[in-house]
Amino acid sequence: MALPGTPQADGPLSVLIATTYRKENIMIQTRRKTIQHSAVVAGLLAASGLFPQYALAFNAKAFEAKSVADALKAIGVGAPVESKEVSITGPDIAENGAVVPLGASTTLAGAKQLLLLVEKNPNTLVALFTLTDSVDSNVTTRAKMGQSSDVYAVAIMGDGRALFAKKEVKVTLGGCGG
Amino acid sequence: MADPMRIRAQAAGGVATVRILMAHEMETGQRKDAAGKTIPAWHITEVGATHNGKTVLSAEWGPAVAKNPFLQFNVKGAKAGDKIVVTWKDNRGDSRSDEATVS
Repeated sequence: MALPGTPQADGPLSVLIATTYRKENIMIQTRRKTIQHSAVVAGLLAASGLFPQYALAFNAKAFEAKSVADALKAIGVGAPVESKEVSITGPDIAENGAVVPLGASTTLAGAKQLLLLVEKNPNTLVALFTLTDSVDSNVTTRAKMGQSSDVYAVAIMGDGRALFAKKEVKVTLGGCGG
Repeated sequence: MADPMRIRAQAAGGVATVRILMAHEMETGQRKDAAGKTIPAWHITEVGATHNGKTVLSAEWGPAVAKNPFLQFNVKGAKAGDKIVVTWKDNRGDSRSDEATVS
């Protein structure tokens, strides 16, 4: 019943090694399962609206959403309203879809979260930033874009309102390896 | 343990601009290797930044964030000598924490 990769020799020392290896393996498996499980639970709770919006746990369901509306639903906010107070910064044409600098910001006070979404990506939600009073409502990162698409910056306010801005970014070379 | 992050924090007029470059593959889970098997998703899922011990920004990232992720934000009320600590966790359970001093 030896695991692949473990030494096949018999004797007390190798039995000790095999047992330790197997125990370690089981522990890694358990930890991974626990993380996966809590991600699923967090995702379910977030979807049902019971989870506080800005608690720190990876919202797997939101990141698997295939559209802007689904991602926002998974986070627990309603339909976003376009707003001039939110900005999405990015290039008009990105030469390399694997590295597209994108920024989300808002001039409104009291924004709790900023989201970056790429509409035509296999998974729409790119990043979700939870803000505090100590930072400006302005974040920049680099994202992968599979194809030319609209990019959204969504600001979620303290009262649950979602405001967005969008911009079209053309991509000449896709970013997901295709 | 992954490669260290590069963090630059510069204070100007009561606000510090923090720029971070993290070292991470950020596999989307969409690519296939030479044999045609899908390479599993491996990406940073959570990022946290603290300023003098107080959390100032947290983020959840999907696989669409670019490889070797870049992040920039501004911390209000930071001055030279303050400590910024950035931590990330990925979907394999790895994590990494680096700190920098505001200059």
